[in-house]
Parts: sequence; C-alpha cells; structure tokens
Amino acid sequence: MRTKYLKGAARLAGLASVLPLAGCELDTLQPSGPVGDQIKHLIVVSTIAMLIVVVPTIILVCYFAWKYRASNTEAEYLPKWSHSNKIEVAIWGIPTVIIAFLAVITYQTCHSLDPYRPLDEEAQTKPLNVEVVALDWKWLFIYPDEGIATVNQLAIPVNQPVHFVITSDSVMNSFFIPRLGSMIYAMAGMQTQLHLMASEPGDYLGESSNYSGRGFSDMRFRTLAMPQDQYNAWVEKVRSSSDQLDGQTYARLAAPSEAEPVKYFSHVEGNLFDTIVAKYNNGMVMDKSTGKMIHVQSAMSDMNMKE
Amino acid sequence: MLGRLSFADIPVDVPILVGTFLGVAVIGITVLGLITYYGKWGYLWKEWFTSVDHKRLAVMYVVVGLLALARGFADAIMMRTQLALAYAGNPGYLPPHHYDQIFSAHGTIMIFFMAMVIMTALFNLVVPLQIGARDVAFPFLNNLSFWMTTVAFVLINVSLFIGEFSQCGWLAYPPLSEAQFSPGVGVDYYILAVQISGVGTLLTGVNFFVTIVKMRAPGMTWMKLPVFCWTALCACVLIMVAFPVLTVAVALLGLDRFLGMHFFTNDGGGNQMLYLDLIWAWGHPEVYILIIPAFGVFSEVVPTFSEKPLFGYATMVYATCAIMVLSFLVWVHHFFTMGAGADVNAFFGIMTMIISIPTGVKLFNWMFTMYKGRVEFHATMYWAIGFMITFSIGGMTGVMMAIPAADFVLHNSLFLIAHFHNVIIGGVYFGYVCGMNFWAPKALGFKFNEAWGKRAFWCWFIGFYFAFVPLYVLGFDGMTRRMNHYDNPNWYPWLLVAEVGAVMIFFGIVCQVTQIYVSIRDRNLPGNVDVTGDPWNARSLEWSTSSPPPPYNFAIIPHIHELDAFMHDKENGIDTRHAGGPYAPIHMPKNTAAGFFIGAFSFTLGFGLIWYIWWLAAISLVGVIATVIARSANHDVDYYIPAEEVARIENEHSRKLMAQAAE
Repeated sequence: MRTKYLKGAARLAGLASVLPLAGCELDTLQPSGPVGDQIKHLIVVSTIAMLIVVVPTIILVCYFAWKYRASNTEAEYLPKWSHSNKIEVAIWGIPTVIIAFLAVITYQTCHSLDPYRPLDEEAQTKPLNVEVVALDWKWLFIYPDEGIATVNQLAIPVNQPVHFVITSDSVMNSFFIPRLGSMIYAMAGMQTQLHLMASEPGDYLGESSNYSGRGFSDMRFRTLAMPQDQYNAWVEKVRSSSDQLDGQTYARLAAPSEAEPVKYFSHVEGNLFDTIVAKYNNGMVMDKSTGKMIHVQSAMSDMNMKE
Repeated sequence: MLGRLSFADIPVDVPILVGTFLGVAVIGITVLGLITYYGKWGYLWKEWFTSVDHKRLAVMYVVVGLLALARGFADAIMMRTQLALAYAGNPGYLPPHHYDQIFSAHGTIMIFFMAMVIMTALFNLVVPLQIGARDVAFPFLNNLSFWMTTVAFVLINVSLFIGEFSQCGWLAYPPLSEAQFSPGVGVDYYILAVQISGVGTLLTGVNFFVTIVKMRAPGMTWMKLPVFCWTALCACVLIMVAFPVLTVAVALLGLDRFLGMHFFTNDGGGNQMLYLDLIWAWGHPEVYILIIPAFGVFSEVVPTFSEKPLFGYATMVYATCAIMVLSFLVWVHHFFTMGAGADVNAFFGIMTMIISIPTGVKLFNWMFTMYKGRVEFHATMYWAIGFMITFSIGGMTGVMMAIPAADFVLHNSLFLIAHFHNVIIGGVYFGYVCGMNFWAPKALGFKFNEAWGKRAFWCWFIGFYFAFVPLYVLGFDGMTRRMNHYDNPNWYPWLLVAEVGAVMIFFGIVCQVTQIYVSIRDRNLPGNVDVTGDPWNARSLEWSTSSPPPPYNFAIIPHIHELDAFMHDKENGIDTRHAGGPYAPIHMPKNTAAGFFIGAFSFTLGFGLIWYIWWLAAISLVGVIATVIARSANHDVDYYIPAEEVARIENEHSRKLMAQAAE
C-alpha cells in the first residue's frame, strides 16, 4: 500500500518537473506563421497595457485591507469620508485612457487580421486554394487547383499563403490550427474564409473548436507544413491514390463516423464544394468573383468552359 | 399511452446513474420519512410551500440553489476526473454520450438553477426590507415564480433517470440541437426546463421592478436607495428585456423540433446564425443579471465591515446603470469567429471593453471604501476581498477576449472556460456566498459560523486558482472546450493540476455544508443568536427590524431622511422602529396553494410534451388554466393582523432588546 503511495508521489513529482517545460511550448504563444505572430504580439501588448491597472489594483486591495484592519488603531480612520473628486477623476480617467489605447489597436487589428483579408504576402505569392468541408466527424480538404482531396490531413507548402474557403455539410464546427493563428466557423450552406501561412515546416495540430456532437473529440487533423519540393511530392502521392471522390464515395464519406483515418483522393468529381454549399440553398451558391448568387449548375458549366 | 417513453429509456445499464438514483432515493426517502415521522407535513405546507412571505421564499430559494450547486458541482468534478484520466488512448470512464450530457447539464444547472436561484433568494430576502416595504408588489406571483423555478429544476433532474439530457452544450446551438442531429429527448428536456423556469424568472423580474419603483418607504428618493436595490433594479430591467428573447429563441427551436419548422435548420431556409444572435442577445445581459446583484452585495458588505459609508455612491449608481445599458450592445463578442466583417467585430469588441471602465470604477470604489476605514476580517469580508483580487484577473482576461483578433485564437478554448469561471465563481458565486453569510442572521435569526466560513473561503479561493489557472494555460496551448479525450502530452499535467483544484473546491463545499450544519446546531449559543436584529452594526433598513423579521417586516413604515437610513437614525438617536406604537392593523396577503398547483401542472405538462404523452400534456394544460381561473376568481386573498397582535410582537422584541442592553 505504502509503495503505491510512494510511486504516486514520485509520479506527481515527475509531473511537477514537467510543468515548467510544458509552459514553454504553448501553441498559440509560439506561432509558426505571420497571422499567429501578429496575434501573439497583440495579446502581449494588450495584456501589458491592462496589467498597468490590474497589478496596482490587486496590490492596493491587499494593502488597504491590511493597513486599515480594525486591529490597527494606528491607522487613520475617517468614518464619514466617502467622496473625493480627485480620486473619481483618476478611477474613471486611467481606465478610460487604457481602454482608448486598446480600442485603437482593436480597430486596427480587426482590419489587419480580418480572416477574410488576403495576407500581405499574397501580393507576391499566389495563394494555395483549399476548400474545407466539416463533416460528422472529420475534415475534408479539397485542393481545387490540384484536383485532389484528403480527409483529416492538410499539407501546405511553407511560406506560401493559403486561402481557405470553409463550409460544413453537417452541424457548426470551427476550423482551427492553433500554431498558425485564427479560427473561423464552418456552417452548412455558407462559406467562410480564412487566410493563413506557415513560415516554418512542421506537423501542427488542427482541430474543430466548436463542439459538434459525439465524435467531436477525434475531429482532428494533422497540418503538414513542408518545403515546396516535399509538398509537390506529397501532391503526387495523393494523385497516385486509387480512390476517387465521386458522388457515391462522398455520400459514404459524409455519413457520421468517428476517428476517421487519413484518406487520399486522386480525383474530385465536378464542383463538389459548391454542390455541398448549394445543397442548403435551393441549388444556389455565391459566385466568388462577383458575390452574386448563381445556380450551382451554371457555376459548374462556367468551370467546364474555363477548362 | 406513454408516448415515446418505454422501459428502454430507463438507464439501468449505466452504473453511475443507478448509483446516483439509489443515493438520491435513500436520501429522499429518509428526508420524507423524517418529515412524516415528526408530523411536519402540515407545517411545511401551511407555513412554507404555500407561503407568500418573501423571507420564507428566500430561504426556500436558497435550499433549491444549494441543491443545484451540489448537482452542478458533481457534474463538474466528473468532467475534471474524466479529463484527468482520458489521456493517450485511455477512454476515461465516461463515454461521449454521457460526458456530453454532463457538460450540458453543468452549464444549464449552474446558471439557471444555482446562480439565478440564489440571486432571486437574495432579492427576496433583502429588497423589501431595504426599501422599508412589507412585502413585494405581487406576493402570489412571487410564490408562483418559486414553484416554476423549482419544478423546472426537478424536471431537469428527472432526465438523469428517465431518458437523457441534452448533449448540445448549455445553449443548445442549432443545427446540432435540431431533431435531425439530436433526435432524442435530451434537447426537449432542456427546452422545457428553460421555458418553465423562464416564466418564473420573468415574473420575478417584473415583481421586484414594480416593488422597487412603487413601494419604497416615504422619503426614499432614488439617490437614497441602497446600492443593492439599485443593482436589483438594474438586474430586473435586464430580466424583463432579455428573458423574452430567450423564451422566443428557445420556443422557435422547439417549433423546429416539435412541428418540423425551419427557423434554425440547415435546410428549408433556416439559419443557425439567427439563433446565435438571439440566444446571446439574452445570454450576455444574463451574465450581467447575475453579476450586477453580486456587485450590490459587495456594496453593502464592504462599507459595513469597513465601518465607513460606501465610497462614491453616486458613481456606483451611474456605473451600474451604464453597465445595464452597455450589456445589450456586446452580444456579438460571443461569436467574433462567425465571419462578421471587421467593422462589426470592431464595434462589438470596443463596446465590450468600454464595459470594463464602469466595472473597474466599482472595484476602485470598494477599494477606497476600505481606505481609512476599520476593516474587520469577518468571513463575509474574506469573500469580498477574494472577489476583488480574483475578479480583477477575470476582467483582464475578458478584455483580452474582447479584442476580436485575439479572440480568433482564444475563442472556444479552455481560456474562455477559465475566463468565465473566473468571473462567475470569483464574481457571482463569491458575491452570493458573501451575501448569504452577511444576511443569514436576518433570515434565520442566528449568525453563520465564522471558522467554517473562513475554511470554506480558503478552499474555494485556492481551489479556484488551482482549477482554472491551468485552463488559461491550456487555452494558450490550443486545447478546446468540451473535449472528451485527448492525446497531447503537454496538456496532461495541467489537467491533473485542475483536478486537484476541483478536489479543493469540493472541500470548500464540504466546509460550507458543515458551516450551515454547525450554525444550526449552535444557533442558540449567546454569541450566535441575533437578538438585536443588527449583528454587524450595519447601515441599511433591513437591520432595523428583528431577526427574522415579523411577517409584516415593519410595524410602522419608517421615514427616510438620508442614504444609509438606519445608520443615520442610529447616529441621531432616532428610533427607526417607533417602538411603543401606536400601531394600526396591518393588511397582509394570505398564503395560497395556487402557485404550487400551477407549478405541479407545469411539470406534468413539460414531462408530457417531452415524451409525446399528449393526453397528459392536455390535462396538465387544462389544469394550469383552471388553477389560474380559480385563483383569479378567489377574492379571499388577504387579511389583517390586528393592532394588538402587532403590539404584542413588537413589545416582545423591545423586551429582548432591553434585556440584551442590560447585559
């Protein structure tokens, strides 16, 4: 019995030594892309700005409570004192100044970090387009330009911006790669957008951050950020898969399943993403170039004409 | 005959639930048996269940609130234990079907049946006494509110043993909560429980709003109204404006589920974003409904135990009203990540931050109330100081999440969970416990035990930091909420620390229960019994009557000359009670069983609807309507307490006061 406790204690001690280490590796505070970098900077700056008020407040609360304790008869006691214009000005003024500062950076970052806004890097580098579909309970990634699709694995080239268009063919989810930055909801019949970029190679966790039902906890995917040549090799590997994503395969894939293994599809039939969106809009889908609602059939014939 | 209810819906195959059922059954039968053995049913029925006395309703609300706390906390520690186990391939002990119900129930119960209920208890106990009124504006509705809330709480607990509870989180976001994705009875339990308790809450809001507006003692102008009443007034305004929105949102969801409509479905023209807007147009004001009265509690407690008036009363009032208005302009901050444009997000983000200015001012006001005072480290004051420290941190993390771009990585993460527990535990809960300790002697006639109160505080205070600081860290590490298992080795140690925190909080609750037990046991000891009705040398009117107050509160309605009316009277040698009379007969409302029956019929109505037992639902609906008509047709609803009886009660209290003074 005693050894069991000792073992438990030893394990706890081991854990205690791990804690500071774990503290050094926090995904969102150790970003691997420009969006995450900027958000981290924003969090640090805003926290420091608020600590200017919060730390003195906490110290003063403790100090006043202690200094003016009832047993300390040395301390001054003003039993009627309940108003001071000077203090009023300070307690309204100082927080107002800090909030004004935060409001300015809030407004700026709302625009500079708007997930719909193309990254500055996209001026030089053409972004990679990825269409994301949240399913019960897995992620489908369609690469429209490459004509391939994957399940629960996202590969992106390092230093190339990625433009995600995101929808759901089920309930609401949220598309989130903590190491790269922002998340955005995935909703059926709607398309949300997200621009991210990885600036260093790695294998990053991707997840749904909006609870979506029974299989939610396993609704994870790996994000493989790799140099361009490795990425090209990866695309070839997917292209060599014998599986193709046609209507029937998609219907089977979309049926609820949990902890789905990674799948590769060498070909995606038709305009699958728009068809999924249009399913909930009487066959209509938003044309990305004009912003108008058009019928998915005409969107497809447009595609065919371009081809 | 039984709709979709069959024996298969009784979870006899889930050991945890069977064990819980046996435990509840044993305790329940024991309690019922003891009541029967001591022949207390008549007493309970006549003096408590049918009572329209706001002070008795307050005590009953506290009992329900503490039961809800026990249920909600059991859910909480089960979740923490699951996450302390379910690492690296270990599935833990709770399958998703069970775990998802637990987090949904935890949130729903803690907000609707713990926090709201204890808040209503404090309103009931304090508001009429503080404004020098004899009861609330609508005493019968007050009793009805209690029963609606209580039967809703019973209904939500019935889901443990008959069927299942919602697995869609505490706000039941569609389309997950639609029949297509959640075909079971869980979401229907949620909908009916929320709707039935919503009736109770809305009536409470109307009742106390009218009470404060119309029934203040002569001379109590708005700027002489105690701050707790100001906060109650603001909370009631928020209830009256926000709760109908909740009712509509949940009713539309119900129409989708029961009648196949398409308000929030994926297809058929439904729009889930509409539900998010509606539910948060209620949901954000709701958190201010909870926290504003807690601010009121601190505004009473800190001056009393600093032996000084509240610093900046007027500022406090303006700040409270500002928060009330602003709370309706921030709801989008709950879904910055839904894809609204940068300008929309910026507007709602900045509005959210602006709220922190009046909130911060309040904090400074309490701080400067202690400044140059005589701070007594009473258990009640521990909670207040613990609040000021903890809430500062919660406010800061709230502003961090109010910056939309930062929220894009913090949203829905455990950082969010840590933030709102930081303000709900560190703000709301600490406030309500502070209030319960402060006003317990008024309600019960004896003080709560100091030592156990302080032990409870330390367990909660330290336990809170152990339980939730790790969650802040995990949020930064990308761990999202509502996960059932995980395999990230970085998360594991933090979740173990959080489990330790949950255990500490458990001991905090044990200390609180012990505190109540010890206080009741020792209630007649000389130091504990509250003879004067003013055990803390406090400032406002509720302390001018005896503890517990007589049914009519004030034999002679006091005249108000000053803010802190009772302190003013004490300092100027004015007898607020006008002891010795002359007394007049006092007009009082009669007890009524109508509230109980409307509640009971609402319960069977809800149960019938959940299980599609249409005959039961129909009979129950007829029952509700018939009871309302019968009550409306009954004109024998009031009586007079004769002047001699008033004189007898008052003279008895005066005699006790003099005996105390002589000692």
